[in-house]
Amino acid sequence: MTSPQVGIVFWIIAFVMLISAFMVVSLKNIFHSALFLILCLFSVAGIYVLLQAEFLAAAQVLIYVGAVAVLMLFAIMLTNNLASKKIRQANRNVLVGFFVSVIFCFITLVLLVKTYVSVWGKLKPQAVLPAQNVLVFGKYLMTKFMLPFEVVSVLLLAALIGAIVLARKERS
Amino acid sequence: MSEYLSVLIFIFAGIGIVLLTFWLSYLIRPSHPYPEKDINYECAELPIGTSWIRFNNHFYIFALIFVIFDVEAVFLFPWAVAFGQLGLYALVEVVVFILILFFGLFYAWKKGVLKWV
Repeated sequence: MTSPQVGIVFWIIAFVMLISAFMVVSLKNIFHSALFLILCLFSVAGIYVLLQAEFLAAAQVLIYVGAVAVLMLFAIMLTNNLASKKIRQANRNVLVGFFVSVIFCFITLVLLVKTYVSVWGKLKPQAVLPAQNVLVFGKYLMTKFMLPFEVVSVLLLAALIGAIVLARKERS
Repeated sequence: MSEYLSVLIFIFAGIGIVLLTFWLSYLIRPSHPYPEKDINYECAELPIGTSWIRFNNHFYIFALIFVIFDVEAVFLFPWAVAFGQLGLYALVEVVVFILILFFGLFYAWKKGVLKWV
């Protein structure tokens, strides 16, 4: 955190993120859950911006907020009458689940604090200039990581054909 | 970081304008509710069923194809930013990248997926 303003913005975004994430798992209408999931993913993009990972933020907004969330909304709207139904999201394991998540949260906190204490003041940021993030990424993508870049295209092609084959089989 | 201040202001202005218009119309409008007013507006016809309808299955495959090409677009962004400092080979690479994916679009077209049923 470089300045107090950034800290305030971080807390606002984190608050929105947590509230919307809680709404996702607690609302009765699964369509509304999906809408809150969009808000949650969008605030994750805000966190990325605060960490000066601008490309990651753009990818988050484009892929998750733009495409994956639309896919989920479509899947809900296409499923017979799922959107209007009231669904209980928790089952009778809710108490066990609560304890497991509390333990998990505790372990994560211990790890975080321990790591923070051990590296405090020893680490120096090694990043490139924030404004040149995407530029450096693009340069590497075109030169050093040329082959992976093209392989991504083949991977996407495979995903596209697989999606078409699966979706068509289901329809007929 | 300061260039994102405008984004933040934009977001808050967007939320604020919506809230302001709702609040203003709440102040101005008369309130005489009766059951006919709560019916969904459907070109002055009586609506059949609720507005929560099941949509056409065919939308889903369009969404799937959209996800694939969205990922492609994300990969084109850093190329576009760095293009000014790269040579002609970068253009060739991206053309190959798009061509490989174009086969997928061609496949979808040939299989009749893009046709609306």
